[in-house]
Amino acid sequence: MTAPATVTHTLLARELRVDTATGHPVLKGVSYEIAPGEVLALVGESGSGKTTAGLAALGHFRRGLIHTGGGVSVQSDDGEPVSVLEVGDRQRRSLRGSTVAYIPQDPAASLNPALRIGKQIGEVLETHGYGASAAERSTRIAEVLGEVGLPDDEAYRRRYPHELSGGQQQRVGIAMAFACRPNVVVLDEPTTGLDVTTQTLVLRTISALTTEHDTAALYITHDLAVVATIAHRVAVLRRGEVVECGSTEEVLRAPAHAYTRELVTAVPHLDGTGATDTSGSGRSTPGSSTPGATESGAAGASAADMEVAGDAEHTPVLSVSGLSVAYGEHRVLRDVSLDVRAGECLMLLGESGSGKTTLSQCVAGLGLPHAGTVSVSGTPLAASTQRRTAEQLRSVQYVFQSPYSSLNPRKTIAQSVELPLRTLTDLDAAARRERVTETLERVRLDPALAGRLPDELSGGQRQRAAIARGLVTTPDVLLCDEVTSALDVSVQATIVDLLCELRRELGMAMLFVTHNIALARHVADRIAVLRGGEVVESGTVGEVLDSPSHEYTRELLANTPRM
Amino acid sequence: MFRLILRRLAISVAVLWLVTLLVFVATLLLPGDPARAILGQQATPERIAALNDQLGLDAPVWQRYLDWLGGVFTGDLGTSAASQGPVTELLGGRIGASLVLLVGAAVISTAGGLALGTWSALRRGRAVDHTVSGLSLVVAALPEFVIGVALIVLLSTTVLPVFPSVTLAPPGEPVWSRPIQLVLPILTLTLVVTPYITRMMRATMSEVLDSGYVEMARLKGIPERVVITRHAVPHAIGPVAQVIAIQLAWLAGGVVVVEFLFRYPGIGQALIDAVNNRDVEVVQAITLLIAGVYIVVNLIADIVGIMTNPKLRAEVAR
Repeated sequence: MTAPATVTHTLLARELRVDTATGHPVLKGVSYEIAPGEVLALVGESGSGKTTAGLAALGHFRRGLIHTGGGVSVQSDDGEPVSVLEVGDRQRRSLRGSTVAYIPQDPAASLNPALRIGKQIGEVLETHGYGASAAERSTRIAEVLGEVGLPDDEAYRRRYPHELSGGQQQRVGIAMAFACRPNVVVLDEPTTGLDVTTQTLVLRTISALTTEHDTAALYITHDLAVVATIAHRVAVLRRGEVVECGSTEEVLRAPAHAYTRELVTAVPHLDGTGATDTSGSGRSTPGSSTPGATESGAAGASAADMEVAGDAEHTPVLSVSGLSVAYGEHRVLRDVSLDVRAGECLMLLGESGSGKTTLSQCVAGLGLPHAGTVSVSGTPLAASTQRRTAEQLRSVQYVFQSPYSSLNPRKTIAQSVELPLRTLTDLDAAARRERVTETLERVRLDPALAGRLPDELSGGQRQRAAIARGLVTTPDVLLCDEVTSALDVSVQATIVDLLCELRRELGMAMLFVTHNIALARHVADRIAVLRGGEVVESGTVGEVLDSPSHEYTRELLANTPRM
Repeated sequence: MFRLILRRLAISVAVLWLVTLLVFVATLLLPGDPARAILGQQATPERIAALNDQLGLDAPVWQRYLDWLGGVFTGDLGTSAASQGPVTELLGGRIGASLVLLVGAAVISTAGGLALGTWSALRRGRAVDHTVSGLSLVVAALPEFVIGVALIVLLSTTVLPVFPSVTLAPPGEPVWSRPIQLVLPILTLTLVVTPYITRMMRATMSEVLDSGYVEMARLKGIPERVVITRHAVPHAIGPVAQVIAIQLAWLAGGVVVVEFLFRYPGIGQALIDAVNNRDVEVVQAITLLIAGVYIVVNLIADIVGIMTNPKLRAEVAR
């Protein structure tokens, strides 16, 4: 009677405690268990300790982390539970890759660039003595490549990782993990960085393989929409503690813990609910936000902007026509035309390699020489920032993807925000200081943080500072290049809300570049879908999402995971 | 790949040609008059003129350059003004003697530096690592003649008189007939070069050991020895090869001081004698030789870099 009870779980973690070398706790007693064929999602934001909790299942702790308590047991091939953290090095090594396998977040970094992929898969089989002969192992390599939907011929196996696309690399990683038919797989954000279409394929592969082989899977992620697609149960990790655990349905539909509720409501939805609940009321009536603008300190500048916006309701502020860019033979943009009116937000939607960043760089004057024209308020701009006037530079500002690299680490927030004022306007020091304080208030960043260095701020605070730097010169056009993709979901929601409010308050035109179609209803009025350097579809958000006319848009919508 | 290597080769040849030009111009700029240096202060103007004529020194500069360059290509490096014999004959035996030093030091320091660097990286943050880093920094800070003198004091004269402090072989006898006399010069050169290779290897290996593919290899259950040899070391070799090349190239010049210190009959000694005697043809030949070593060693490093990087290897196939 007792024997079956102990083997109902393939992977069992009990009261795991891990500290940093300096004594700071990373995991404060984390427990989870996974049954055969079950997928448990371990959800948490950056720094919550989810990767540490996952790697512990393989008995691996990264440099600077010390295991201080608790244990992990996995069911070995002969059905007996083995305590991964207590066995000797040799036995732990024999478990890794054969009984417990790992699928890493970044396949490009995790495949050895100097070894052929067939060799890398074969290596696992060889190490763990899978198959009696080289021929048998070779058959298994072909078989497992087939299982993940890759070609299994000899020529493909002789490829190097750099000769594969990101999605193919990740599938090689999955093939490598499943090669020895493990009982447990730990997947560490395996689809982060993949396009949605590829993500769907990879998720389907993982689902099929775990079901087919009755593998217990620990799926580490921060993306709740993906969780809804793949997981049976969810454990929510926050600051090293599991705050909630239950079936996917329960946790996502009726979250019990306040933190889980916060996470769930922060997820952007294609239908526009969720993240914008807080700002939804303001969106419907542009007029309602006008008092907000006059109330705030920068009455002079913003009121003037509002008037201009009112006059020029129908003439576009930003107008791009016939823009083409080529890197040598490769054509990145082909004859792209767009217009953005004052107070309007255009979402430029595209996957990696679609040319969306190139386009926004051309508008900002950071790009290569191009054919076609970019004009702001009717005035054509030079291709390079060096040949634009200060006034033209002032009118177009850029917010970059990663706030971790776009702020000079040796300059305080106030210095960074002040810089465009010093170089592009002739305000005196006192006026500049006043404008900086005003702008920091406007992006809801505590002016007490102005004297801090970027390192002392959180990711969300840094992105607010970067937005303040973009707004401080009261630009006519604000370019937002994937501004939310380096941030956690809950922070992403607040940044999106902030941008919506600011656009309404200041009446500027906004080009919101992103790969995430789920944000559309939250930020944009209109969408332009970019693919292979061409705009394949454009229209209002409602038109594009409700009745997409292009095949590619329909595919994107179909592959976007929903909760 | 071969296109890439051929391009590197073409660049090397161009650099070598530039070197011949520089060497030639530099010897022109040396103060003093070779004929007078050979004949001494008492020489009559007639004899100097006759010698200038004999050495071809009164021909126009460009013609002298072309004659010399033609000679270089046909293996005729000219005539030594001091010994009156052909330069090739003078240098023949000495090149061999210097090569023994160079190759010996190169092999020991490369193998030792790579091993020590890897070992240190694997024990990052521990006492062993700090000791290796500290010691290599101290040794790297010492000039070669200080190391040489210190070794003589330690191992030859005062403390432990084991090895000879000067070359014992009489002229004409090959240096390797008495291996014991090679120990101190090779040890000196090795000690000068090894610290740089060790430090570079340690830094590169540390980075590689932190990489995703090394972690992945460990999580695949690959034995640690295979993780190091198959997944880590090959990625560290490429960048380190560049540093090794610079060090080995330095050896070709560093050998001059060390040979002088140990009275070793190599090209370094010959260069010093030739400069003292204003023996222009010999100076030119040796400088060209040292430059050649620089270029060949760097070329090899580039090829190693290309070979260990499948991306560069593939570029070729296209």
